[in-house]
Amino acid sequence: MRFQLLRSPSPSSSCCGYQIPFQPSNGVLLLRSSPMKIPKSHTKKKLSQSRRASEVLAYYGLTTPPYKLDALEPYMSKRTLELHWGEHHRHYVDSLNKQLTNSPLYGYTMEELIKVTYNNGNPIPEFNNAAQVWNHDFFWESMQPDGGNLPCGGLLQQIEKDFGSFSNFRDEFVHSAMTLFGSGWVWLILKTNERRLSVVRTSNAICPLVWGDIPIICLDMWEHAYYLDYKDDKRTYAINFIDHLVSWHAVTSRMMRAEAFVNLGEPKIPVA
Amino acid sequence: MLGFPSLCPTSLPSRQSRRRNNVRRRAPVAAALLELKPPPYPLDALEPHLSREAVEHHWGRHQRSHVDCLNAAIAGTQLEGMELEDMIWNHDFFWQSMKPGGGGEPSGRLMELIERDFGSYERMIKELKHAALTQFGSGWAWLAYKANRLEVGNAVNPCPSEKDNKLVVAKTPNAVNPLLWDYSPLLAIDVWEHAYYLDYENRRADYVSTFLDKLVSWEVVSSRLENAINRATERAKVDEKRRQDDDVEATSRKPVEMYLDSDNDDSETE
Repeated sequence: MRFQLLRSPSPSSSCCGYQIPFQPSNGVLLLRSSPMKIPKSHTKKKLSQSRRASEVLAYYGLTTPPYKLDALEPYMSKRTLELHWGEHHRHYVDSLNKQLTNSPLYGYTMEELIKVTYNNGNPIPEFNNAAQVWNHDFFWESMQPDGGNLPCGGLLQQIEKDFGSFSNFRDEFVHSAMTLFGSGWVWLILKTNERRLSVVRTSNAICPLVWGDIPIICLDMWEHAYYLDYKDDKRTYAINFIDHLVSWHAVTSRMMRAEAFVNLGEPKIPVA
Repeated sequence: MLGFPSLCPTSLPSRQSRRRNNVRRRAPVAAALLELKPPPYPLDALEPHLSREAVEHHWGRHQRSHVDCLNAAIAGTQLEGMELEDMIWNHDFFWQSMKPGGGGEPSGRLMELIERDFGSYERMIKELKHAALTQFGSGWAWLAYKANRLEVGNAVNPCPSEKDNKLVVAKTPNAVNPLLWDYSPLLAIDVWEHAYYLDYENRRADYVSTFLDKLVSWEVVSSRLENAINRATERAKVDEKRRQDDDVEATSRKPVEMYLDSDNDDSETE
């Protein structure tokens, strides 16, 4: 795991060195951009060598989507991605880093930070930025060029088991997207207690991690996500997402990981 | 429009009638349909600050869909209905807060109160911009006149004066309206992303600055302030009269009859 010492935040860096590299082959999905505590000896050495001696701080980085910005055309335009990722997502990352300078909230992974700043329903100001950073990371990874169509195998079976049929799930997902009032997100989650998939909506920056369920897919319903391409036509946006953008490959990996935490069925123990 | 508070933003329902109206709305009633009121200027009149396309979409699609949904759901779920109604009211209020060739600075009583309550016009603008930019998610930024009091019987101000009523800046999420807190709104800035995304993309700060520099109609704001002050004075008079009536009644009450044990009765029962 490589890392770089950052002297000061560089706004143009698209990838902070403090992260576990993305490994697409085994589908590691939760890119944990976590800051690392640097041992004191290293910092002292570097500081004494540098003229512009400044405190070494760790920052969360802006992760890049795993595809080019024009790869999701025509369902999501390059301009939307340039703005959505390059301005909005970047702004959340920069704001979060700014809020965390000289803050006791140091050394958390992003998920831990979200749960801590959510503060059991009374969120502190850092929550909005932290949760939005995570939500957007999750959103980019939920999509792929030439995505959509149908999931296959175990995932399809699970969806059919929990929703009746794939088109029921699709209808419910689109309906949730259309009836969400204000800004928010639509999620497919795996409920840890009920051990089934479910579609939920959340407002503003809330994400299912705060109440302990496992997110599987998310769709950004903030207007900045679709306004340039679809204006007020939320229905077409949601339908295009399900039909043409969602990355079932990523979803399958997430389900596999989730099954390590949630028992979805009787194990098949071979009888000798 | 039976059973609905008037949608004309210049006439605000009193806090009690608004609550009563909400209650009345719950019963299925043959109510008249709401209509989509156009802004008081042609759709391209706010160019180049707000493009015709943006205004057309904002009014013609978003607000129209709120009106249609609400008309369709009039006997349906109250919660959604109330949000939509607030959105329609907020939007009407918003369109009327602007005018082609607007901007400049306020004058007269409005300017006096701004200087009294914020220190200076620049400070008020700074606070209003800050509210608009820090509203997370969708919502509205407001300049409002606050003349309310606690609705508790003994919360009486011994020396009421006009200075207790003041201008405030507020921000609200989604469809919330400061009428809820019994403020009188004077000016609204729509900071839902659909309001500025076509013309300004993500630059909300530029949109709010342009709104305050080139679009806001201070005449409308001033006239709303006059109405608000009149309403507050009326209400103060009514409250004062009610308090006086209560006092009169208290002092004119006959002394309470009290039944006391007397020695004579005791000896008889024993």
